[in-house]
Amino acid sequence: MKIAVCVSHVPDTATRIKIAADQKSIDPAGVSFVLNPYDEYAVEEALKTKEKFGGEVVVLSVGGDRVKETIRKSLAMGVDEGVHLKTDEALDSFAIAQALADEIKSLGSELVFMGKQSVDYDSGMVGQLTAELLSFNSISVCVTFNLDGNTITAEREIEGGKEIVETSLPCIITAQKGLNEPRYASLKGIMAAKKKVIQEKPVASTPALVENLQLKMPTAKNPGRILGTDSSAVPELVKLLHEEAKVI
Amino acid sequence: MSDELKNNHGLKGGEFLTKETDPVNVFTPEDISEDQKMMADTAKDFIEKEIWTKLDAIDNQEPGLTVKLMEQAGELGLLGASVPEEYGGIGGDFNTNTVLAMEMGKSHSFGVSFAAHTGIGTLPILYYGTKEQKDKYLPKLASGEMKSAYCLTEPTSGSDALAAKTTAVLSDDGKYYILNGQKMWITNGGFADILITFAQVEGDKFTSFIIPTDTPGFTRGEEEHKLGIKGSSTRALFLDNVKVPVENVLGEIGKGHYIAFNVLNVGRFKLGAMVTGGAKKYLSVAINYANERKQFGKPISSFGAIKYKLAEMASKIFVSEAATLRTSGLINDLEEKLISEGTSYSDALIKAAEEYAIESSIMKVFGSEILDYVVDEVVQVHGGYGYSEEYPAARGYRDSRINRIFEGTNEINRLLVVDMLVKRSMKGRLDLLGPAMAIQKELMSIPEFGNEPEGVLAKELKAVQNAKKAILMIAGSAVQKFMMKLAEQQEIIMCVTDMVIEAYACESAILRTQKLAKLKGEDAVALHIAMTQVYVSDAIERIALHGKHAVTAFAEADELKMLNLGLKRFTKLDPINTTKLRRQIADELIEANEYKL
Repeated sequence: MKIAVCVSHVPDTATRIKIAADQKSIDPAGVSFVLNPYDEYAVEEALKTKEKFGGEVVVLSVGGDRVKETIRKSLAMGVDEGVHLKTDEALDSFAIAQALADEIKSLGSELVFMGKQSVDYDSGMVGQLTAELLSFNSISVCVTFNLDGNTITAEREIEGGKEIVETSLPCIITAQKGLNEPRYASLKGIMAAKKKVIQEKPVASTPALVENLQLKMPTAKNPGRILGTDSSAVPELVKLLHEEAKVI
Repeated sequence: MSDELKNNHGLKGGEFLTKETDPVNVFTPEDISEDQKMMADTAKDFIEKEIWTKLDAIDNQEPGLTVKLMEQAGELGLLGASVPEEYGGIGGDFNTNTVLAMEMGKSHSFGVSFAAHTGIGTLPILYYGTKEQKDKYLPKLASGEMKSAYCLTEPTSGSDALAAKTTAVLSDDGKYYILNGQKMWITNGGFADILITFAQVEGDKFTSFIIPTDTPGFTRGEEEHKLGIKGSSTRALFLDNVKVPVENVLGEIGKGHYIAFNVLNVGRFKLGAMVTGGAKKYLSVAINYANERKQFGKPISSFGAIKYKLAEMASKIFVSEAATLRTSGLINDLEEKLISEGTSYSDALIKAAEEYAIESSIMKVFGSEILDYVVDEVVQVHGGYGYSEEYPAARGYRDSRINRIFEGTNEINRLLVVDMLVKRSMKGRLDLLGPAMAIQKELMSIPEFGNEPEGVLAKELKAVQNAKKAILMIAGSAVQKFMMKLAEQQEIIMCVTDMVIEAYACESAILRTQKLAKLKGEDAVALHIAMTQVYVSDAIERIALHGKHAVTAFAEADELKMLNLGLKRFTKLDPINTTKLRRQIADELIEANEYKL
């Protein structure tokens, strides 16, 4: 079984980011990039599945040369080989899904893991788009995953609870926090990763369906205010919630 | 050693005092490779997830916890980073181990257990063990299956380590040594499976032994109640007719001091690296708090008094990291060179560490004193909360203090710096006499009033070159005056070493910044330049002060006058507006909300 895992290289959530001069991207200077945290769960689940059933795990990532770092991190965690789908353009979710789908097809992989979203642009669409392009089944936001023959059972998070669903291969699973505890890249794994192959393939051009017009920093939140400590503050609170916050 | 170093980019140990270094040849944080960074990230993830979440439990010495964490670190390969692959380790080079040590330095008590095991607990076997000893112990030490402790200190012998009283007597059949004695302050003493121990054979043949702790006659004392690093196990250990096979002698009979001291050379350097990492972490804690904490309606980070502290900490850390990695690069390059010339792995490690023992002592002293400065200011930035166990500042404060004491007190290390310089000069291993004579001549001539030097930090570099002349001038005069009795003048030695430390630190920071400026352009390194200038500007003043203390202690009349004039001439640097620079540095730290260089 060839298991594919798709990862993205994203700014560390702890870093403060700045918008670049073009107003459409972030300024990468001084930003540390990491393997997308949700993709770490995907890598872990792919490795666990391989350990249970055998086979091989291939990691795919779309982007510029920088994403090789994240591919190598996945290799260090234990993934067998890497494919770098190279492009220097900022692709929209559809174009990324198309690139991944093409490669998954040529790999002949029937089980694909990826994070439920990447924490940079947070579109949360790539998993489902890829599945649709490949006519694969898909289960999103999974917190458990179980494979038995051809049958997949998974729990997924829904508003206020969990849903248990069943489907069959071929399938794309998108990972939610809680699916597993990702392993560390051991020092031996890091040494071994040096000898593993990363194939580089150009991404075929796909016209963008979504255009990024502008990025804006969120407006700073006002600090909380204490209006009083007993019921006498209620009228003022109601007034402010109505007139200032406009929530009631 | 000089032939061995012919093709080495770096200078010989101690040679920085008389020669200049091309910035291109210096290893800097900016040269850390992707693999090294990835390994450091593994250490960082491990510490954040497994250690920082359990700091209280570790400090309370929850039974079995540190042992379990050590084993986990072993699984990740962290314990075997310097052990060759053939013995189950990673075989990482010296720089890789430095980068890892800087991360592990952020792990409080656990870092102490880790360092004792991987450094002084493992390296003696790696350096001096027989093939059988290496096969038997190294794989288990690298995996964490076996934990190690290093037993040098005794109740009546600390700094004077060779005066140890523990005895080892050969059995009548010649198959065993029987050891009797007591060891003190043994890190990992509570759980170590093997001890690297030192004892006197036939009265005065100082010798090292590997003792398995399941040997009858071995007992452990109670845990010591300590000021800090409460989570590391520290005990007295007792040897009462402990019988170990002769195969457990490590190295040669009577050559134990080579093992003890060569291992300490590496240990001192590593300690310097660890404390530098710890200081980086604590500075970020302070920046973060200063940004969060509001008084008088604004974050306290917006006040000049706090900005001063943040910038001062950052500058010191920047310098300390530059000097740490510069030293690491020197040792690393020599090690690789010796190996490529056919020296065995173990011998190359020993020789390279010995060559740069002066720099390693410098880094031990410098790094540990900077960490102490930083944790003190971190508490101060926190105000009352800095005194509360609810915040991390208090733990950082108490855990830092030991670093100025163990691995040779900072006083012993200061004495060693001058002692090694003088000895190497006398043996002809290091030419200090020639340059010192040249300075005497220069003093008699009229000072040059040439053009001001130009380029990134050129004025600062010139000032440091001059400061080195001041050191040679004073040290040269002191040696002439006291000759073999210089060792009795400890106050003067302390002053000279402090000057040497400052010069090495300043030069390292300048080289780091110049290297990066060449690579990225001057504009990209404005922060680096500011931190270097702030540090050097004050350091030159400190060098002048130490120099004044030294010369007034031994010189009189005309000689004093001449030395004072020379000191003035060699410690000149035009004043700059360091307040403005500190604000600039602090503003960048505040904006980033961390120290991220």
